[in-house]
Amino acid sequence: MADILDRARTQVLERGVGLDESDILEVLTIPDEDLTAALQLAHEVRMRWCGPEVEVEGIVSLKTGGCPEDCHFCSQSGLFTSPVRAVWLDIPQLVEAAKQTAATGATEFCIVAAVRGPDARLMKQMRAGVAAIREAVDIQVAASLGMLTQEQVDELAEMGVHRYNHNLETCRSYFPNVVSTHSWEERWETLTMVRESGMEVCCGGIIGLGESVEQRAEFAAQLASLAPHEVPLNFLNPRPGTPLENQPVLAPRDALRAIAAFRLAMPKTIIRYAGGREITLGDLGTRDGLLGGVNAVIVGNYLTTLGRPATADLELLKELSMPVKALSATL
Amino acid sequence: MTAIWCDRCGVARAEGDHTACAAARELEPPRYCPDCRRRMKVQVLPTGWSASCVEHGTLSPR
Repeated sequence: MADILDRARTQVLERGVGLDESDILEVLTIPDEDLTAALQLAHEVRMRWCGPEVEVEGIVSLKTGGCPEDCHFCSQSGLFTSPVRAVWLDIPQLVEAAKQTAATGATEFCIVAAVRGPDARLMKQMRAGVAAIREAVDIQVAASLGMLTQEQVDELAEMGVHRYNHNLETCRSYFPNVVSTHSWEERWETLTMVRESGMEVCCGGIIGLGESVEQRAEFAAQLASLAPHEVPLNFLNPRPGTPLENQPVLAPRDALRAIAAFRLAMPKTIIRYAGGREITLGDLGTRDGLLGGVNAVIVGNYLTTLGRPATADLELLKELSMPVKALSATL
Repeated sequence: MTAIWCDRCGVARAEGDHTACAAARELEPPRYCPDCRRRMKVQVLPTGWSASCVEHGTLSPR
């Protein structure tokens, strides 16, 4: 077995201390014959420091398309020739989406908007939407609305938004290759304000944007230094019309290496399977990830693409004896 | 009525091979109206989707 796994067993499993960047890189480049052992160790770490429960979440796009930013992976940028048109959900549709999510047993419902940051219209829609959901559905509401001002952070916290998602997407050194309309540091600033407000910080990114494996290790280490409550792990699903439309899909084994490495970097963090798992890992990949360090899933559809049926994931959790985290455990 | 346009890429179904489009559509809603190739307004919800063409109405999962 690779030396790195022996070191990780002592440091991460026994003491709960995440790996540093150079050790993360070793896991990301672990030989094929040691990958199963790496995933098994990552699973033991997750079970020891997070427990068997799986946090289930649904997401919905409140405002789709027409975004002024140029995130090269995103089909919702108004700067690319993507077929995605701009459209808003109204409040009854938003409540219906929350009900659909709650019906799956999910405890989290994240409202997402494709914007640089929210304007007055979006904040007004959020206020009305969060109030309507809290009135009609027993579920925690999270939000992902881009970069925030301090006033907007305070307003969202006051509305009762309990977790805010703002992905760094990739490491600091590669970010300018992926986004040119804003900086990694601007994103970090929003995350700092969110943390100070008392809202939980949800911050992850996308693996397979063309970053090197060293930059993938850099990203995991930077996320670990942020110490977010949750890390959503996406794998690039190349979208038509975007600058990354011809980027190859990540090799399944590299995706699994990333799952194990991110868990060993962040032993106590919620690591959520997010977009791209179906196209990168296929149906069996969900099982491999849940037995390799992942302890949360987005069920059902994503923002502009479709996911596995929620029932398929829930049946798998039952088969694996991994209970869905109850709402009472998240409050 | 037989669809004239590919609802994923917007090219005429009679032109080229749309096998990859059909495979991709397993995990994507349609984006182009199959009758007139207009880009549709698509809303994706956790357990469904709808796609509306201003001329030909709304599609939803079969």
